[in-house]
Amino acid sequence: MSILETRNLTAFYGDFQALYGIDFRLEEGETVAVIGSNGAGKSTFLRTLTGLNAAASDSVVLAGQPIGGLPAHRIVGLGLALVPEGRRLFPSLTVEENLLVGAYSGRKGPWSLERLYKLFPILAERRHNPGTALSGGQQQMVAIGRALMSNPQVLLCDELSLGLAPIVIRDIYAALPGIKAEGCSVVVVEQDVSQAMNVADRLYCFQEGRVSLEGRPDDLTREQISLAYFGV
Amino acid sequence: MNTAVIQRATRASRIGAIVGVLLVLAAISMPWWAERSSQRLAAEFLYTLALAQMWNLLAGYGGLLSVGQQAFIGLGGYSLVLFGLQAGINPFLIVPLAGLITGLIAVPTAAIVFRLRGAYFAVGTWVVAEVFRLLIANTTSLGGGSGTSITSTVIGIPAWWRESLTLWMALALGAGATLAVYLLLRSRHGLALTAVRDSEPAAESLGISVKRIKWFVYIASAVGCGMAGALIFITKLRIAPEAAFSIDWTATMFFVVVIGGIGTIEGPIVGTLVFFILRELLSDYGTWYMIILGSVAVAFMLWIPRGIWGLVGGRFDMHFFPVQRRLKLPEPQSNNKEE
Repeated sequence: MSILETRNLTAFYGDFQALYGIDFRLEEGETVAVIGSNGAGKSTFLRTLTGLNAAASDSVVLAGQPIGGLPAHRIVGLGLALVPEGRRLFPSLTVEENLLVGAYSGRKGPWSLERLYKLFPILAERRHNPGTALSGGQQQMVAIGRALMSNPQVLLCDELSLGLAPIVIRDIYAALPGIKAEGCSVVVVEQDVSQAMNVADRLYCFQEGRVSLEGRPDDLTREQISLAYFGV
Repeated sequence: MNTAVIQRATRASRIGAIVGVLLVLAAISMPWWAERSSQRLAAEFLYTLALAQMWNLLAGYGGLLSVGQQAFIGLGGYSLVLFGLQAGINPFLIVPLAGLITGLIAVPTAAIVFRLRGAYFAVGTWVVAEVFRLLIANTTSLGGGSGTSITSTVIGIPAWWRESLTLWMALALGAGATLAVYLLLRSRHGLALTAVRDSEPAAESLGISVKRIKWFVYIASAVGCGMAGALIFITKLRIAPEAAFSIDWTATMFFVVVIGGIGTIEGPIVGTLVFFILRELLSDYGTWYMIILGSVAVAFMLWIPRGIWGLVGGRFDMHFFPVQRRLKLPEPQSNNKEE
């Protein structure tokens, strides 16, 4: 059974239509990448899944339950967590407090501060520092940890690699298997196609608000991807 | 087995707790050893502290920059006219009742002002306060524009009891507001409150209902201001719309919180102290008093935006009311060293 599914999902900003009938599914335990150029609708897709944009009730289904159009704070409680683009840590909170805010929804599950500090040991060392005093990579770890503290069934990651050095990106992505081992399915939205191809079981390419390509990274050729990505 | 524990007490917080308890005991016993004028000053200090804590909760933690809190002070004060003067209820019982009333009035008020954001919200809250002032000024049964004396509500209460009850209630409000904000911030909701102040979209996407938090803070602060308002006018014995709904109330809260340190619990305490000291020092200078007070506030906003406590508490990492959570992890065992 799909853990997350969208059926004919649309999204609008006023009169402007940003998504046109997206059909998407994420199987349990799977990592799916969503790639596409700037303005292809990737971030809108995540915003709509998490309730920050309006959606028809049955157009988003999480573990068999329609969640489209629910307020964002309710969706988190049902097990869908977002690592936002640009990390968005709370500047007046310490690393540890940032993580604790993630547990606000009170959902039970495997993740705790101790479990997270095992996944990202550096955060245990820096736990009393203000979140924003950390390096970009460490901040990204806090953002991931904060989302995990809500014990999600599905973790949505928006542009994890944005603004980070390649070696740091590798470290961040190295945490994914540990996250999946706790029974969490993952959606990564990436502009960095090669990174996405490395981690994903399947990928979707978006172009101008539509799915232009879907498949397993091994089955797709460079030409197919480049056509779906750039449209030329 | 070693387990991690969340630790929040600090040495400063233990000292703070002891000093706090001693101060509270001293204030409770004041009627037996202090002069009446010092008692009144103490009461005024305490209700100003309560008002400042409420404004700090609203603006410093909730991010709701209201300049219309005088609406609730005025409505609290006018509860005395309605329930004391007209219904004959004991004025000291009206204080909690006024909190209930202003809390209820805050619900429809919030529904209106929450449609506005930022500077518009600030102006909106002021307009709401003015609307309440005009409504009451035009209601003759409540005294109209020239106000009314409420002395008859306290007739029959012996002077000693009146002064003592005023002080004790002011203490309950001042210390109670401080303690309530402290406990709120130490709770799960306190973190959520701070998160909302930092970034609303990020907080919302972590499962925090931003709306619910703002409603809560706004209503809680209205309840505090309403109770303080009723108590203030018990001490003044005369109420008029101009005085009850004066923007000076919010200006005072603003001044106290800004110079003390916005977004800290210690800030309003320090700020109230500084405010009272400045007022004593400058009492002979008439209008200059207001000019200097205003200049001090502007200077703080420009050069010390975190206020006195932000400067001192941050410099020495001192927290009398620690709200941070510090996880104490078990020490790694020596034979677990990496090879």
